[in-house]
Amino acid sequence: MTTLPLTASQTVGPFFAPALLREDARRHVLVQPETAGERIRIEGRVLDGDGIPVPDAMVEIWQANAHGRYNHPADKGPGELDPTFIGFGRSGTDENGVYWFETIKPGAVRFDEKQMQAPHICVTIFSRGLLNHLVTRLYFEDESANDQDPVLQFVPEDRRSTLFARRSTQGDKVIYRFDIIMQGAGETAFFNV
Amino acid sequence: MSQQITIGDIIRGDREVFPPYLYEAYQSTRRRSPTLPLIEVPLTLSELTGPGLAISAVTPEDADLTRNAGTGGEAIGQRIIVTGRVLDDRGNPVPNTLLEIWQANAAGRYLHKRDQWPGPLDPNFLGMGRCLTNEEGVYRFLTIRPGAYPWKNHPNAWRPAHIHFSLFGPSMLSRLVTQMYFPDDPLHALDPIMNAVPTEAARKRLISSYDHNITEPEWALGYHWDIVLRGPYATPFETSGEAK
Repeated sequence: MTTLPLTASQTVGPFFAPALLREDARRHVLVQPETAGERIRIEGRVLDGDGIPVPDAMVEIWQANAHGRYNHPADKGPGELDPTFIGFGRSGTDENGVYWFETIKPGAVRFDEKQMQAPHICVTIFSRGLLNHLVTRLYFEDESANDQDPVLQFVPEDRRSTLFARRSTQGDKVIYRFDIIMQGAGETAFFNV
Repeated sequence: MSQQITIGDIIRGDREVFPPYLYEAYQSTRRRSPTLPLIEVPLTLSELTGPGLAISAVTPEDADLTRNAGTGGEAIGQRIIVTGRVLDDRGNPVPNTLLEIWQANAAGRYLHKRDQWPGPLDPNFLGMGRCLTNEEGVYRFLTIRPGAYPWKNHPNAWRPAHIHFSLFGPSMLSRLVTQMYFPDDPLHALDPIMNAVPTEAARKRLISSYDHNITEPEWALGYHWDIVLRGPYATPFETSGEAK
């Protein structure tokens, strides 16, 4: 088996927005009217080590559909595919460091033959000053399956709360707030992935 | 870089290849680098899948940065072809994967409100392009050679000419944002972003090579650059939690 050395990561820099966040490249809204699942808004801020909002970051998300199935050939089910849902989102941050998505709450995803993972969303962060992107997961604070999640148990207990999005409602809208703290007090637990 | 700089020990992935998050010579890392160890987690379906196969909407015009401003005019600068293969770490081509690129114009100026140095803008150049790899993993762009540009990281700081690349590949493990450089550039040795890559071998792999076989007569100079992404392969340690 040949093993080729990988190409190194470099920062996205300050000038990516016209390319990566052009109108047909950003993806705030992941759902169509026919998409199955509970509508949720995900919103949060990206903060640096001084607690200052980062206005030039990009946040990407990847998630399963409402049946816990990824739109990808490596996921063989049994959850069914939703032809109206890819599960990929990309948002810039605004001058207040805020990013947002309109999506659905994902279903539970298989871990192995015996275990399921709690519903979660994969989150990737890019910005000037990040020589590598950051990888983490968003979990839902009101989800009882979190206690048995096989990945969360690898996160030290005192850092798990940094991965829980906080639920609130505005009228009939469900909002999950998820701040990403790059450094310092309350630093988000990032994964070596 | 001769001055004493602090290099952090928080690194994602291969320590021979990937830069540390904290690399003080690149000042923006100081307040944006995590300070706590990254969490080692088992790889699951969430990491072994990814959006790369499902997002592929591009047009052929997207790969021609000399004309994709849509003005009818052509960008000013040395016309170049940038092409190569996208492979995974087992040498398998990565087909049908999206590449998004962006770059400064021939004068070293980005079309971006935060780039305000007095280099001229080119109304016929947006500095962004995209394409998909073909079945053999080959991508190809027509563009102009970007200029070097100044930045305020340290006194008289200039970034070497480069093109930014963003790729998805087949899984979350293969997601990569990087920069391609040009051969024989004296600014390489002075650039903290490039030098944050820990080994010379890994830095060299970020530099394209001039390839006369790609050069087209009476048209454009050719540069070759291959990209290797992490494949969707879970190691035994990662799947079972036991070293084998």
